[in-house]
Amino acid sequence: MKFGKVLKWTAPAVLALSASLASAADTIKVGVLHSLSGTMAISETTLKDTILMMIDEQNKKGGVLGKKLEAVVVDPASNWPLFAEKAAELLEKDKVSVVFGCWTSVSRKSVLPVFEKDNGLLFYPVQYEGEESSKNVIYTGAAPNQQAIPAVDYLMSQGIKRWVLAGTDYVYPRTTNKILEAYLKMKGVKDEDIMINYTPFGQSDWQSIVADIKKFGSAGKKTAVVSTINGDANVPFYKELANQKISAEDIPVVAFSVGEEELAGLDAKPLVGHLAAWNYFMTIDTPANKQWIAKWHAFTKNPKRTFNDPMEASVIGFNLWVKAVEKAGTTDTEKVIAALPGLETPNLTGGMAKVLPNHHITKPVFIGEVRADGQFDVVWKSKGLVAGDAWSDYLPGSKDVEADWVTLKCGNYNKVTKVCSGQNFK
Amino acid sequence: MSLRSCWLAIGTAMLLSLVMATSASAAATAPPPESGQAPQGLDALLRQLADTDDYSVKQDLIRGIATANSAQDRVVLQALLEGRLYKRDSDGTVLVADVADAPFAMASAVSGAALGRSDGDGVTLIGVNNQLRRQLRALLAQFDLASGDSAVRLAAVNEMLRAPDAASTAALRAQLAKEKDAAVRASIQSGLAVAALDSDDAAQRLAAVRELKGSLNTEVYNRLTSLLDSETDLGVKKAAIDALRGIDRWRTFYSGIQTLMFGLSLGSVLVLAAIGLAITFGVMGVINMAHGELMMLGAYATYVVQLLMPNHIGASILVAIPVAFLVSGLMGVLIERGIVRFLYGRPLETLLATFGVSLILQQAVRDIFTANNRPVETPDWLAGSLQINDVLSITYNRLYIVLFTLAVFALLLMVLKRTRLGLEVRAVSQNRAMAKAMGIRTEWVDAMTFGLGSGIAGVAGVALSQLTNVGPNLGQSYIVDSFMVVVFGGVGNLWGTQLGGTALGVINKVLEPFAGAVLAKILVLVFLILFIQRRPRGLFPQKGRAAEG
Repeated sequence: MKFGKVLKWTAPAVLALSASLASAADTIKVGVLHSLSGTMAISETTLKDTILMMIDEQNKKGGVLGKKLEAVVVDPASNWPLFAEKAAELLEKDKVSVVFGCWTSVSRKSVLPVFEKDNGLLFYPVQYEGEESSKNVIYTGAAPNQQAIPAVDYLMSQGIKRWVLAGTDYVYPRTTNKILEAYLKMKGVKDEDIMINYTPFGQSDWQSIVADIKKFGSAGKKTAVVSTINGDANVPFYKELANQKISAEDIPVVAFSVGEEELAGLDAKPLVGHLAAWNYFMTIDTPANKQWIAKWHAFTKNPKRTFNDPMEASVIGFNLWVKAVEKAGTTDTEKVIAALPGLETPNLTGGMAKVLPNHHITKPVFIGEVRADGQFDVVWKSKGLVAGDAWSDYLPGSKDVEADWVTLKCGNYNKVTKVCSGQNFK
Repeated sequence: MSLRSCWLAIGTAMLLSLVMATSASAAATAPPPESGQAPQGLDALLRQLADTDDYSVKQDLIRGIATANSAQDRVVLQALLEGRLYKRDSDGTVLVADVADAPFAMASAVSGAALGRSDGDGVTLIGVNNQLRRQLRALLAQFDLASGDSAVRLAAVNEMLRAPDAASTAALRAQLAKEKDAAVRASIQSGLAVAALDSDDAAQRLAAVRELKGSLNTEVYNRLTSLLDSETDLGVKKAAIDALRGIDRWRTFYSGIQTLMFGLSLGSVLVLAAIGLAITFGVMGVINMAHGELMMLGAYATYVVQLLMPNHIGASILVAIPVAFLVSGLMGVLIERGIVRFLYGRPLETLLATFGVSLILQQAVRDIFTANNRPVETPDWLAGSLQINDVLSITYNRLYIVLFTLAVFALLLMVLKRTRLGLEVRAVSQNRAMAKAMGIRTEWVDAMTFGLGSGIAGVAGVALSQLTNVGPNLGQSYIVDSFMVVVFGGVGNLWGTQLGGTALGVINKVLEPFAGAVLAKILVLVFLILFIQRRPRGLFPQKGRAAEG
């Protein structure tokens, strides 16, 4: 009797334990850390779907190292402290081998200490402000020299003399605008020809700001807005531009965080001619891109689903991770991180994405104009691939700094003082 | 779509009249040909346009097309601007598409002959960028000067004044000689005066400055300002300084009015959000943390109404107002009867319970509609802005919301002061025990009051759906502001809410240009805290011995 009772209570636990042990032996866990609700859901939900598709595709090929991949999806809900909690949960409780996640720089900065303490690996697929290179992060999105600087160069070539730098109030727009302000001043733009403006996340009342932009842009010199506005605040911003009749021919807006996905929920007709700077556009005509979009539409069962730059960066990151695991022969984070620099995988626009010692990759740069159907027409492209530079050459504090995880084993090495700050593994 | 065929009709009619007119007038309306380049046929130019990817080459080709002197010039340029010019992949022929119905009817760009239909396969769009669009508009404007419609001519004149050159000035002077419409004449004269500022004769410049004295036009202002830097004649300089000082005074005045209007519209959004809360908080002393979610339900009701009537977006907003009122009102009555009723006299518990309800409502909406934002379309009559003069314009959606808030406020005042329900609500809020003793069914009044306040919140949600993203978190952005307005204005007092909300909105908008959006909000909160220290019961506190503070 007693034994039976003991068995009744312990049997389920034993079964569960053996089941989990068995599944742990059979699958490799992949964490997905993207906001599925809140102000950033408009941009991040589709990244989760991209990773799920990559995992599905890889499992059809037999998985990695003979084991199937299992997705562990969490929702940090556009809440930055929750990002850190969920990252810790993925690394410590679910014991994932790699995490694909984050969009806003504040979410990445929140999870950085967790990844560095738990020695996890994060693939970060979104364009950002630079000034960072962590041993535990691979940055597959654009650094400022792969997006912001080429965009400003393009606008200058179009005769722009006055600049409005409008952004959401957090680290990415603030740092990017610091870099752009230094760059513009270096190119001879006067203080009174630069207007800088910050708004909180989710800002919906754009009346006075757009009226100010209109006034600033009517001083007789050609004006452009460089927008680092993130999340769903873009929707009322563009609507207000349309309502106040500011067309792209008068004051073009070049956005760094608005792509096909964000335009999908907007009426794009009043926005025709406004610009975006990315390293990928869905309309780019290469066989690789066309095949990929067909596969994406088949997976999502929706022929109208858009594909965009951070999604391409997620695909590149995933492929790089698989290559690194196969090269290292294990999913052990230390060995995979060591195997990554130097690896390359094709991107969707006909080039190769190569992992550099500073944990960034090589990317082409494109400037596109909004079309009435919410897609982009490429109006300029870089002559070749641009190597990502983590530490901007235009800021006094960072032009002497370089990141090199292969020889220097340091993400923040000052070439002049020969001192390594931050993470130091030498 | 009919507008586009209207353009085509005007264009073709004008071109036919141009062809039939004398060569002299034809030369006056068309831009002069590029010197040193033999005019190529339209067909050759179009084929080159379709083949090149270089935007500067396209610019030269477009200039050539404008002077090709073919009946199709204007048609081609209009099609290129609107993204309707295609190249047939098989033989390079350039086609103009009529996008009225799919598949598109294609016509030859050179002859205008119909060439069947296409659904997009086998043809490539000939693309333009912003610079080319500007060039195309300027060229089309020159064609439009000869239009029979005065509004078209006025638009053409204004377009030409944006980038005046010798050719357009000559064309405008010629047009002034035969123009009869007063508005177009005034616009042309102002434009010619701006051009005269470049004249070598000081007397002409002085006359031009005097002519432009009262103008609020931004181009005029910029031109006068740059004139000051380069002007040598003292008389002209003094006149320009005087004119600029006068214009500056008016500009500051109108920009002040614009800030006031922005403040009023922000204030009216706050009032609309808070007025329902003023009733429930004021009458029943219930802190309803689910108030934001009731607004969110109203916004989603608008979305659902638009889903049900996709072809009548214009009327959908008007239909959504009573629907949202009912939906949120019913939810309010449910909350009151189901939860709040049992917690009277226990404000902390009501706060927690209604907070729980707000979480339930948010998650329910996430489950039914997904966590992403839902697109709510703006009807045509709400889009765009009202241009009062060159420096003052108000967007229609905000204007209508200000009027709508006043209407709702007036309606609510009427309900409270003139109806039986209003009388009972006021009695219960002044002295519940006495009202009960007088025979008023206080439980029923409570439920109705909560329903009324919630219904108004739903209606506020309809207005919000036009201003901001409709998502499950919509309520969270407005709940704090609603409480702020109610506390500031005085609990239970509608006038207090109206004035308090408007005041807070105006203060916020006045501070914004100086302090930025984030700091302006912070300063408003700090001001509120200090104000409450001095007057804890708000602007218009409730009077009477039984009224609780």
